[in-house]
Amino acid sequence: MRFETETIAAVATAMSNSGIGIIRISGEEAINIADKIFKSVKKNKKLREVKSHTIHFGHIVDDDNVIDEVLVSVMRGPNTYTCEDVVEINCHGGIIVLKKVLSLILKNGARPADAGEFTKRAFLNGRIDLSQAEAVIDVINAKNEYALSNSVSQLKGGISTKIKEIRDSILNEIAFIEAALDDPEHMSLDGYDDKLKSITKNIIDELYRLIKASDNGRVISEGIKTVILGKPNAGKSSFLNAVVGSDRAIVTDIEGTTRDTLEEHINIDGISLNIIDTAGIRDTRDVVESIGVKKAKDLANEADLIIYIIDSSKELDDNDRDIMEIIKGRKAIILFNKSDLETKVSREDIAVDDSIPVINISAKNQTGINEFEESIKDMFFNGELEFNDEVYITNARQKNDISNAYNSMKLVLNSIEDGMPEDFYTIDLMNAYELLGRVVGEAIEDDLVDKIFSKFCMGK
Amino acid sequence: MSEKKFIEEEYDVVIVGAGHAGCEAALASARLGLSTIMFTVSVDSIALMPCNPNIGGSSKGHLVREIDALGGEMGKNIDKSFIQSKMLNKSKGPAVHSLRAQADKQDYTRFMRMTLENTDNLTIRQGEVTEILVEDNVVTGVKTYSNATYKAKAVVLCTGTYLKARCIYGDISSYTGPNGLQAANYLTESLKNIGIEVRRFKTGTPARVDKRSIDFSKMEEQFGDERVVPFSFSTDPDSIQKEQVSCWLTYTNEETHNIIKSNIDRSPLFSGMIEGTGPRYCPSIEDKVMKFADKDRHQVFVEPEGLYTNEMYLGGMSSSLPEDVQHAMYRTVPGLENVKIVRNAYAIEYDCIDARQLHATLEFKNIKGLFSGGQFNGSSGYEEAAAQGLIAGINAALEVLGKEQIVIDRSEGYIGVLIDDLVTKESFEPYRMMTSRAEYRLILRQDNADLRLSHIGHKIGLVSDEAFEKVENKRRLIDSEIERLTNIPVGANSKMQKFLEEHGSEPLKTGSNLAELIRRPELSYEVLAEIDIDRPNIPADVIEQVNINIKYDGYIKRQLHQVEQFKKLEAKKLSPDFDYNLVSGLRKEATQKLNQYKPLSIGQASRISGVSPADISVLLVYMKQNKQ
Repeated sequence: MRFETETIAAVATAMSNSGIGIIRISGEEAINIADKIFKSVKKNKKLREVKSHTIHFGHIVDDDNVIDEVLVSVMRGPNTYTCEDVVEINCHGGIIVLKKVLSLILKNGARPADAGEFTKRAFLNGRIDLSQAEAVIDVINAKNEYALSNSVSQLKGGISTKIKEIRDSILNEIAFIEAALDDPEHMSLDGYDDKLKSITKNIIDELYRLIKASDNGRVISEGIKTVILGKPNAGKSSFLNAVVGSDRAIVTDIEGTTRDTLEEHINIDGISLNIIDTAGIRDTRDVVESIGVKKAKDLANEADLIIYIIDSSKELDDNDRDIMEIIKGRKAIILFNKSDLETKVSREDIAVDDSIPVINISAKNQTGINEFEESIKDMFFNGELEFNDEVYITNARQKNDISNAYNSMKLVLNSIEDGMPEDFYTIDLMNAYELLGRVVGEAIEDDLVDKIFSKFCMGK
Repeated sequence: MSEKKFIEEEYDVVIVGAGHAGCEAALASARLGLSTIMFTVSVDSIALMPCNPNIGGSSKGHLVREIDALGGEMGKNIDKSFIQSKMLNKSKGPAVHSLRAQADKQDYTRFMRMTLENTDNLTIRQGEVTEILVEDNVVTGVKTYSNATYKAKAVVLCTGTYLKARCIYGDISSYTGPNGLQAANYLTESLKNIGIEVRRFKTGTPARVDKRSIDFSKMEEQFGDERVVPFSFSTDPDSIQKEQVSCWLTYTNEETHNIIKSNIDRSPLFSGMIEGTGPRYCPSIEDKVMKFADKDRHQVFVEPEGLYTNEMYLGGMSSSLPEDVQHAMYRTVPGLENVKIVRNAYAIEYDCIDARQLHATLEFKNIKGLFSGGQFNGSSGYEEAAAQGLIAGINAALEVLGKEQIVIDRSEGYIGVLIDDLVTKESFEPYRMMTSRAEYRLILRQDNADLRLSHIGHKIGLVSDEAFEKVENKRRLIDSEIERLTNIPVGANSKMQKFLEEHGSEPLKTGSNLAELIRRPELSYEVLAEIDIDRPNIPADVIEQVNINIKYDGYIKRQLHQVEQFKKLEAKKLSPDFDYNLVSGLRKEATQKLNQYKPLSIGQASRISGVSPADISVLLVYMKQNKQ
């Protein structure tokens, strides 16, 4: 259960084209948190000492590293949107910087705002007119449904399994300790410290790898949902290799997870593309043929962007006409691949909107890739492409939960090393367990008691 | 039938049952000045301990301390009747220290009965209550088997394991309560008639054997603690130091397990003769052997039932196997080769309720004035029963007095966790208290139950001004001593470094204070005596609190912070009469669950399975909308 009094933060502007974005923090700790990461251009100015409803110029810093130049508005409740203390940080450095600043705020004690939560608080604190209550409820429900149905599916394949394994291992240890505390005459904890220490260290390592990986977009699907369509041998996979193989691509691998061949994540100057790669099924048959036009349509319908790859060394056929039908009215980019060979297709042959860019590339020779990327940036900064904010919010929360779980496991290690009694271990173990449960969308309910009874023989 | 043929009397409160729940309920009600009558099928079975001969144990010891702090009787009674006492988990953190005492069962019963018999306003009556009288969803009294009517403004059901009780071993079954006592066979029908849903649970107990037939030389002797800590905060520790009796430890072996395995088809559990659901934490020996086949032995604790009896309790070997199998299996255990059984082990089945029919006050949601506590509510254990009986008795009395009823919340005590779990969560077996069920257990310690709850007991009127002032004085002493220690600086001088070295502690790098030193695992308040020359003379229980509060300060603060958040949601009250269909935007499942269980606060609503955080948000918005 989330509490109404915790300090929350989120990016308040749409995560889209402009380089400017606002992060809003609301709650009792808002100003203190901002103070921790804000360095005024005027020496020694502390946000907690400034007047309400004032704006301050300075830098957001992580230790001594400057992250962005910002304007910070400090507004004390109750005369604010949420009636709580509110800090708004105007960032200038674009999306990546915005994300960095937000993670820094989360690291310093705020939690990611729930969908519609600022509005909810505004309402609960009497800020918004009562006639808007229904609308608020709708927002909560709609956004929450989205978050619920998507939070797990956004986890990349294998990650969910990995986290579940870690959780299960944590629960086993909690159950053992608790069983022994509950029935000390039947179960002994002698010598257990060493065992738990090594298990804890392993989990810390695994969580660390997950955090690193999630920084690199390896854990959570985030960004513009992109589908590649094209006939067999049009060069879909070699195009992808050409893009992913460049230094922008993410190559971190997480031990123990299967690399999911259905998705690739690329990052073009801060614009994330989450490419649904049909490479996974290319070994059997082509998308259009094997899973049918309907499936391709479904994929395309869900996508924010379609990349249509044409083998320009061959004449167009019925399959191509099907695909063109699919991309009608959609955001798309058409790539004429194999521009190194003799061209048999021209722009005139393509029966789609004129606005859709057509780019000649050669995946083999890696030419045209820059033009492709420029074209993506153009679309993005012209506002034609947008992130789904909800995906972003969910992701921020999941990352935050994983890194808090990591911190909890560190505390377990500290407790063991400090020689704390065993019952203290389970406090942080349980925290980690709950946090990871949120990531994979599993409730806790009575797991522990069930585990204790199923694993250990207790009682008189 | 115009002439009055049957007795008709009037009381404020009727208590049905005189077990551990009934006793606490009756005492609380009578002590609050209400005319109270307590029914029992047998006056000789008041505060009977039909199963294990001990009070307390992990987390249960906490309950007893809390009962005591609220003005209940269990702690005082076990202090009078214990024959061995032990603080469990002493090597672990203070939150899981738990007191457990072996009782002289007869003394326990006798002392409790004496207390009851000498309490003003309390009438004890032998008789079987067969009917609960209800008019317009308000309880009006009870009727007994003899057709006598007792009018009352409130009734507390504490029927324990007696409703339609059936005892079973092998293919032998008899319709009796524990120890062959008369079962209550009629009340269930009446409960169903007034709309209460009834379920069936089971539990079991091991055999009692003759001490003279045991060879103790083959067992490990288990002693009590050298210095006994009393359960009750009102008991002077010096007054209860006495000679204690021992318990004994032995083990089952392969032979035992073979006998069980080859006779398992004769167990009534396997033949389907027992239909009730049994508890997982208190499995019969046949359950243990079948379920944990990899364990080659199980512990057996041989415990005296009292000072003036040769009966010994075989803890760990409860069973419902046939008599001949019981004989054979017990005799495979070292020390029990020639054992003579006095009473057979048996399983017992009984009617009880799903406590989600109750409010957290333990009043039935659908029947005003009807309360229930104890095993009838689907719990198990003497301590769990007593805790609920106390709360049910208090609230029945407060209702009659027209005062606001009390709910102990999850952050205030194990009693709160117990009752909240019972009335909120689905349960498929008798509920036992466990420390892992308490999310704030670092602050819900057995050592500070008085500091946590006395003010509630005092406000109700069960804790005297004098006792309450004693607790508040203790609180002041603790606070001022911690303050003093925090303000005494210690420098990194050679004398100090030498002291630290002598106690295996790291030398100081910079100046510090005494409180900081106490935080070090190898040091404590007591150890610092020689460098803290001007310290005031304070009692041992204050020193204990000072040590704990300083040493675990970081963790305690974290939990206090969580509690603060928790309290805010508990403080948002919901009306039990509210119709959740009115809230558009709630999911269907949530609407159904909320209408079914009618939580009393947003906090409680959030713990009902099937109610999501989004539903809670919607509810908050709705509440806000309709307040104005």
